[in-house]
Amino acid sequence: MSQAQNPVLTLIEVCKAFPKPSGEPLAVLADINVTLKDGEILGLLGRSGSGKSTLLRIAAGLMPPSSGKVLYRGESIDAPHEGIAVVFQTFALFPWLTVLENVEAGLDALGLGRSEARSRAQAAIDLIGLDGFQDAYPRELSGGMRQRVGFARAFVINPLLLLMDEPFSALDVLTAETLRTDLLDLWTSQQMPAKAILIVTHNIEEAVLMCNRILVLSSNPGRIAAEIPVTLPQPRDRLDSNFRAIVDEIYATLTERSVDVLRTHKDVHGGIVQPLPRAAVNRLIGLIETLSNPPYEGSASLANLARALSFQVDDLLPLAEALHILEFAELNEGALKLTAAGHVFAGSATLERKLLFNEHLLRFVPLAAHIRRVLKVRESHRAPRQRFEIELEDHLTRADSEQTLGTIIGWARYAELFSYDARRRTFAAEG
Amino acid sequence: MLLIYAQIGLADVKQTAELYRYSVFAKRMLSWRDFVAALVVFALLVLLGLGLRQMMAPVAAAMPQEISLSPIALPNYVLRTTLRMFIALAASLLFTFTYATLAAKSRRAEMVLIPLLDILQSVPVLGYLSFTVVFFVSLFPGSVLGPEFAAIFAIFTSQAWNMAFSFYQSLRTVPLDIDEASRAFRFSAWQRFWRLEVPFSVPGLIWNMMMSMSGGWFFVVASEAISVGDISYTLPGVGSYVAKAIEARNLHAVFYAILAMSVAIVLYDQLLFRPLVAWGDKFRSEQTAAQIVPKSLVLDLFRRAAFMRYLGTPIGSGLDFLARQRFTPFAWAPRPSHPLLPRRAGDIVWFACIAASTIYVVLLLVHFMAPTLTWHDVQIVAGNGSLTLLRVVVLIILATLIWVPIGVQVGLRPKLAEKVQPLAQFLAAFPANLLFPVAVVLIIHFAVSPVIWLSPLMIMGTQWYILFNVIAGTTAYPSDFKEAAATFRIHGWRWWRDVMLPGIFPYYVTGAITAAGGAWNASIVSEVVNWGDTKLDGGGLGAYIAHMTVAGDYPRIALGIAIMSAMVVTMNRLIWRPLYAYAERRMRLD
Repeated sequence: MSQAQNPVLTLIEVCKAFPKPSGEPLAVLADINVTLKDGEILGLLGRSGSGKSTLLRIAAGLMPPSSGKVLYRGESIDAPHEGIAVVFQTFALFPWLTVLENVEAGLDALGLGRSEARSRAQAAIDLIGLDGFQDAYPRELSGGMRQRVGFARAFVINPLLLLMDEPFSALDVLTAETLRTDLLDLWTSQQMPAKAILIVTHNIEEAVLMCNRILVLSSNPGRIAAEIPVTLPQPRDRLDSNFRAIVDEIYATLTERSVDVLRTHKDVHGGIVQPLPRAAVNRLIGLIETLSNPPYEGSASLANLARALSFQVDDLLPLAEALHILEFAELNEGALKLTAAGHVFAGSATLERKLLFNEHLLRFVPLAAHIRRVLKVRESHRAPRQRFEIELEDHLTRADSEQTLGTIIGWARYAELFSYDARRRTFAAEG
Repeated sequence: MLLIYAQIGLADVKQTAELYRYSVFAKRMLSWRDFVAALVVFALLVLLGLGLRQMMAPVAAAMPQEISLSPIALPNYVLRTTLRMFIALAASLLFTFTYATLAAKSRRAEMVLIPLLDILQSVPVLGYLSFTVVFFVSLFPGSVLGPEFAAIFAIFTSQAWNMAFSFYQSLRTVPLDIDEASRAFRFSAWQRFWRLEVPFSVPGLIWNMMMSMSGGWFFVVASEAISVGDISYTLPGVGSYVAKAIEARNLHAVFYAILAMSVAIVLYDQLLFRPLVAWGDKFRSEQTAAQIVPKSLVLDLFRRAAFMRYLGTPIGSGLDFLARQRFTPFAWAPRPSHPLLPRRAGDIVWFACIAASTIYVVLLLVHFMAPTLTWHDVQIVAGNGSLTLLRVVVLIILATLIWVPIGVQVGLRPKLAEKVQPLAQFLAAFPANLLFPVAVVLIIHFAVSPVIWLSPLMIMGTQWYILFNVIAGTTAYPSDFKEAAATFRIHGWRWWRDVMLPGIFPYYVTGAITAAGGAWNASIVSEVVNWGDTKLDGGGLGAYIAHMTVAGDYPRIALGIAIMSAMVVTMNRLIWRPLYAYAERRMRLD
């Protein structure tokens, strides 16, 4: 038993780039080194766009890395391999197969006899608590039950390595909690065949609840920004102060990264090409008001805010960043603090808010000022969207540029700075 | 069909509690359901054998069999016609599974196959019947198989293209997550095909099969009695029966044929498509439970008949076993989910091959056509084409003005829509050419101009597509919009413009595209019609092709088809596609 075995999974210098429309490669992952040992649950944590799902697909052999190596038990792999099972965020069940048939489908590649396949599938179904649902079709089941089928299908092949891509994020909070607990019970009681688990998530508390070790990925391109070991004994208590300390630490790591990134972008190209986060005005106003009210009185840690609003990092960080950019609040070490302008904004009526927002937009978002300048100079006071797309895409990815324009349009409409006609895809000066 | 029923036998057994109860109570007892189901199965088998044996008969035995106008002979003719439909449908499925798979799996094949399919869709089926007749008759000299194949091929061409398109589209839009799951669980290409790709494409494929079949009746009737130059044949079938009736000026016989065909279509729908649609429902890939679950009496009968289960389960398990095999030697690698950089050199060679064969074909055509064709011919064809184009445009506008308001009114009344919808679908499936003689008799009786009054025949069969699509659109229209409009008391023209028309527009466009395409096709048999010795000629491109077919003038047939295809393609690109894209972009309701 104690033979010197190779780690279950090793990623060596893995990089991944996708070709841009122009043909140039766009790096999504860079220099990823990961070792996953027996008996370990490793969490990959990052914001959307950090390439964490891509990394999981590379580990699963679903996608080849652009460079670098994937070793499974020391053996280099480049395609899905026996012994590795994947659980998908969207469950990925075959809608035309019953629960039992879906689980059996996991065994197709092994070419087992009918009766053996059936008994193994039945065992997996029993293990995950799906007994009685064998003959149901996926569409008859709730989300939680569907994901149980996803787990059963993964368990049935007796995988050594279990890869999970945000397995609980499509479920409601209660269902996710139950399923998570059931999974951890199976893991700690060693009823699960898997020797190691890699879980991708954007839910910080989930990562701290489940993992022995957490890798925090940064964005554009995704790199490992921090490695955080979690040594708390299972079962873990969310309210425990040690637990909270780790959650806060992760928030601090993420915000520190994002503030750094904001700062560097501001220095490039007069700040015009600074990518703007996806942040609708209504949510920004809601956040300012929440912050200015008790119990926060102008300042709160992101971890507390996220819990109170039941937001994920992916929901909250963009809003926090937007307030930071607009200088209505300051983002620092995992905490968000309203500025003087933020307080004034919170206490004003609609019209004054619009004026204040307008002023901040012009002063702190160079792109807004830039678009207005262009519209003013042009005789028709109009400009096609394409003109700015081209400018942005010199420095940003397609998706980032789309998102940035979407955000600036929403902000400018609220501030009545300029208007946008979606049908003609043109910007026009207001008034 | 057997295959489908067999799978039903397997999948159904465990479906409902009611079923379970039934099987506990009546495990050993045979019920009336068994008898009826058995009757249906054996009747179908016997009919199949009967028809096939006649089909394989050498021409000497088959040809002298004159078409009889007696109504007693009709069921046999209907059977023969229906059988041709089945064979063509099977051929279309086979074609779909191979052609579309190749196009979806190979990037280079795709570059050729898909544009080709697009053009083939626009070529009038009846136009090239003359070419295929000659080909198949020379392939099976002295046997009735030649004309049989020509007729079956005509039906095949009327349904294969859109089925292949539908399957290709399904293959290219397999949801990413189940695609990844099937790769992560290491399905072989064979397993992937039967476990993932075919099931995923089933709903679209069934729908397209139904649409194809509706068109198919029209062509099977038209292709049973054909004369091209000095080759002429009549195949026993409803189409020949009607042709004979026209020759004999026998209006009674025409009515018998209409009656028999109606019965056949209703049976076809009940025995084949209703069960298929109800069965196909489980392949919908949306994960929500459907509001309206399609039902089929026949399918229920088969699912509940205990003996069908005994019969079906082994077949079902056998098929299931086959689908689970890996058959890796034949595997081709699944297309990578993200395109690799283009492999330049190979592509250049490939393009060169395509270009060379295109040039060769063009030269061949010029060589074939140039000696006989002059500019004058092109002018004549273009003139005739404009006349037919004018007819199509005017008819579509008229059909729109009539059927859109009616369709909306019907769609707003769910009870009524439930009754009208099957009727509209039935009318769309009914081969309108069987009705032509009735119209012709009327035109002769009132002595009105055939140039104008023959025109409506073109759209007689296809206008129903507009009606039932508009009804479907109105039924699907969200009731909160209707309620909002009522609350704000939006009435009259504003209601149509702001509330209803934008909502049904995408449905209307779908219907109008089908109607227009069908009208072009129908022009070949509707611009020139006979009644006994009386001949009515409305002029136009369809009449031109029909004349040239009778004369056996191949270069001019080819010219006519080419111009008609070009006009259809142009109309699709300039009018329908932009309209469709506009509808997709601006008038989606979700």
